[in-house]
Formats: sequence, C-alpha cells, structure tokens
Amino acid sequence: MSILISATIVGPLLAAAIALLFRRSASLRDFTAISGLTVATASAIGILLHVESGGTHVLRVGNWHPELGIVLVADLFAALVLPVALLIILIVEFFAISQRRTAWGANPELAGPLLLVLTSGVSLAILTGDLFTLFVAFEMILVSSYVLLTHQGQQAQVRSGMTYVVMNLLSSTLFLFGLAFVYAAAGTVNMAILAERIPTLPDGIRWGLGAWFFVVFGTKAAVFPLFSWLPDSYPTAPTTITAVFAGLLTKIGIYSMIRFHTLMEMDALGPALLAVAAITMLIGALGALAQSDVKRILSFHVISQIGYMLMGLGLFSVAGTTAAILFLIHHMPVKTVLFLVGGLIENTQGTSRLSKLGGLSRTSPALAALFAVPALSLAGLPPFSGFVAKLGVIRAGVEETATLVVMAALLAGALTLLSMTKIWIGVFWGPPPEHAVGPSPTPANRRLMYSATGTAVAGTLTISLFAGTLFDLSQRAATGLTTADLYIGAVFP
Amino acid sequence: MSIALIGTVGGLTAVGLYLITARSLSRIVLGFALLGHAGVLSLLAAGGPAGKAPIISSDGTTTGIANPLTQALALTAIVISFGLTLFLLALARRQEELTADDLVEDDLEDRRIARLPDLPGDRKP
Repeated sequence: MSILISATIVGPLLAAAIALLFRRSASLRDFTAISGLTVATASAIGILLHVESGGTHVLRVGNWHPELGIVLVADLFAALVLPVALLIILIVEFFAISQRRTAWGANPELAGPLLLVLTSGVSLAILTGDLFTLFVAFEMILVSSYVLLTHQGQQAQVRSGMTYVVMNLLSSTLFLFGLAFVYAAAGTVNMAILAERIPTLPDGIRWGLGAWFFVVFGTKAAVFPLFSWLPDSYPTAPTTITAVFAGLLTKIGIYSMIRFHTLMEMDALGPALLAVAAITMLIGALGALAQSDVKRILSFHVISQIGYMLMGLGLFSVAGTTAAILFLIHHMPVKTVLFLVGGLIENTQGTSRLSKLGGLSRTSPALAALFAVPALSLAGLPPFSGFVAKLGVIRAGVEETATLVVMAALLAGALTLLSMTKIWIGVFWGPPPEHAVGPSPTPANRRLMYSATGTAVAGTLTISLFAGTLFDLSQRAATGLTTADLYIGAVFP
Repeated sequence: MSIALIGTVGGLTAVGLYLITARSLSRIVLGFALLGHAGVLSLLAAGGPAGKAPIISSDGTTTGIANPLTQALALTAIVISFGLTLFLLALARRQEELTADDLVEDDLEDRRIARLPDLPGDRKP
C-alpha cells in the first residue's frame, strides 16, 4: 500500500527526468510519459480500492514522527479525487501526443516532462498531511504551470502570463506568511495536530487564520474577487495545457480549502463563504455570456462552477461537504472535456472565435455530439453527472435554509445553459462562415484526438451511471473530514 | 520574539507590497524578492527565540538550541523564491524583446471595454 502512495508521486517525477533525458526522441519521450502516467493512475485506483475497504492509510516518509517529518495521508477524500485527477492528465497526454505537430500544440520537448512534474505536484498536494508540504506541492504545480503557459514565448502568452505569475506568486507569498502564523499560533504544520489545536485557539486567531487561508486557496481557486487572472491567461495557452489547468489547478485550490476549512472547523466563516460563493457563481456565468470566443466562454465557466463547490463547503454540514466532493469529482473531467472539444474545434476549423465558425453540426456531427454531452452536464441537466452534483449542492442548501445562495445557484445554472446555447448556435448551427479560416496547416492524428476526447466523454457518463455509489463514497469522505477525530486517529494511531 | 525582527518583517512587507503594485516587471521582481525575505523571516520568528546551533550533543541535552524545524522550512522557502525570481526575470526579458519595455499590459477585457463606443448619456472625461 505504501508503495502505491509513493508511486503516484515518484512515478511521474522519475518519468519526467527520463523524458527530459530523451527529449529529442519523440517515441521514447512519449512512451516514458504515458507509462509514468499509467503507473501513477493505476496506483491511484489501487489506493482507492484499498482505502475504500481498509480505511485511511498513512505513510510516514523516512519513518519520522508525524510532528517532525512529512506524512502522506490517503483518506477517502484524497483516494476519491486522486484517480480522477490522474486519469484526466493521462487522457490529455494522449490528446497532446496526437496534437503536437500542429500549430496549436505545445513544444513537446518541454511540455511532456513539465506535465509530469505537474502531475507529481498534484498527487503530492492531494495526499499530503502537512501544510508545508502542501505549499511545496503548490509550488511544483505552479512553477510547471508558469513555464507551460509561457514557453512558446508569444506575445499574448507573455502578456497574460505576467498577470498569472504575479497573482499566483502573491498568493504563494501569502501562503508562506500563513505558515508562519500557523506555526506561531499552534507550534506545528501537521494537519492532524492542527485539527486538534486550532479549534481550541482564541476565536480571533482562529477565524483570522481561516480567513487568511481562504484568501490563499481562494486565489488559486479563482473565487470572487480574486479571479481576474484566470479568463485572461487560460485561453492563450495551447489547448492541452488549458484543458489540464481548467480541469485541475483551480480544483486543487478548492480541494485544499475543503480539507483545511472542514478539518479545522472553520464553520463561523460559513456565511462569508456562502456570500462569496453566490457572487462567484453569478459573476462567472454573466462574464461568460459577454464573451465571443469558445475558450474564453469556457474559462469564465471555470469560475462560475467553483462557486458551487464553495457553496457546498460554506454550508459546513455533512450534506454540503458531500455535495462539494461529488461536484469536484464531476467537474474535473467535464471541464477538461469541454476544453478538449474546444481544441478540436480550433484544430479542425483554425479558430475558436464564434463569429468565424458555423454549421459544424452538418460538417462534423461527431464533434457536435462530443460537445453536447459535457455541455449539458455542465449546465446540470438530467441525466448527466452535473445534474446529480448540482442537485446535491442545492438540496444541502435547502436543508440549511440558505435561500439566497440556493437562488443564486439556480440562476447561475440557467445562465450556464444560456451560454452553452450561445456556443451551440455559434459553432454548430447556421451556415458555415463565408471566410472560413480552414484547418490547421500541419496534419494531426485526428483519430487519436477524437478517441481521447470520446473516452473522456464516456468517463463523464460513467459518473452519472455510478452516481449512487459515488454519492455514498463522497458521504463517507465528508464524514471523515467533518469528524476530525477520525483523521487525527489515523495519523496518530 | 524580538522587536527588531518584527520591525524588519513589517518594513520589508511594506516596501515589497509597494513595489509589486508597479507596472514595470523589474520592480515587481524586486518586490517579490523583498516579500519573500519577509515571509522567511516571519517563519523564523515563529520558531521561537534564537539559540545555539541545533546539534544534539553526545549526552543528549537539547536545552538552549534554536528550533531547527522552522529553519528547514525557511531554507526550502528560500530555494523556491530564488527559482521564481529567476523565472520572473526571464519573463521580463522576453517581454522586453517583444515590446521594447517590461510593462505589465492591460488584459483583453479592459481593452475591449475601453474600446466600446460611448453611449449618448455618457459624460466625457
């Protein structure tokens, strides 16, 4: 079991080193990347099976005492999110391999190894049991994302990359200060000990720490009003990179927030979180409506959907946390798929601007089908996974009689459907544009791109098929978080 | 916790925050360097009073030694902020190659709104 936990972190990192060594040989590099990611994903699934039956597993790195050394804690929450996250990266890597040789592909010599470093950081961030390792994992993710975003060195990327880097660097610096505050207040950065000590601190210090880390994780998660870097930077990167960023990065922020704020019992911050959640949902959805480019519309929806997860967390009830976890699991693949479809549109048509697209439902019906499923899921229509997730969040909201935020959630859902309709009308209906840009000049392995996207769409459908099982698992994971004693007991047996 | 340390952290933070609000990326780099130092110093301050080098003597006494944990954390943070400073400098250099300066530009949304035609009721500035 311990070897599985290590494999999800060390596997991709090792593969990154080998891929960097053999970066000139495309086949060797791609093979290394795929095998590294496959090993990590298989281990993550193994962890889920183990944890589901055998309970939380704790790995003490170097066998140090948890108070001094690094602990990796595979509780059910981590075990649920990890395979989904790694599977997404694996699918995107397949898409990237087929897209590379085109104008929209990333430079494979750099992007391949960096994506692996990012994967390792994602695993570490999900599994870590102490705040400082979380900080290091964030840096691993962010540094690779900085380079992935700007490595082509085009003007738009450098321009938006600057905002992205500066915003995230600021939140990292705040994180560092936060670590100092936590250490000064509680004398440790281990989350299990913190879960014991922080609730006993004086109220002012306790809520202060909660609010500070809300800002830190909120910047990564792009909540209102800290979101402005996101819709500007994501669309400028190559599709595969945007797909990973949109599917994972903000979600790691919200994951850490769910973990920190429920374990440390920050429920007094609930009303503030709910207010931010409501504004985030509406601002994201309204911002999306004003856009005229597929990738920018989708970027604004990343923000809007973060609001739902924040709402689930802000309720601070088992039902709310369950819904937030379920929403997280549904949202990661759906968002990635939508960006992959956006990439396919760009790759076959040469642009993603709505005004230069049209009539695709006749010329490529497969693309229309691939877009329709995740789009309807994002809007939350039955029987897709988004419906189950949204229903969970809204039901939890009604239980806690948080009427205003429930209304905001329903309104944002309707607005989401509206902007998905806008993409549908602009891209798939109507006559083909008079001045079509034309497909990308260099050939890509379209079949592999379509099958990678198709697999991901099938994955999102699986979520709605097994919604009952997933809901039960999420509920158990949420109970494990809200009952901090379970977490503490696992780390200190 | 010493007053001098708190004063230094406060001063570094103030100057750092002022610098990162600038438009020029080279100033922002300096700002982040200072903020990084402030963060590391506050981490050290959180570790308690200064003391002897944290080496446990052969008879096992640990009295009077400094807290080694926060120093290890600080070291990690220093390495990370050093790497990021270099990356920011490279980004500034690239921006200078592309636009002949290293200013952070407005985002697309701001520019689009600035280009919108004035409505009849709007007052001209």
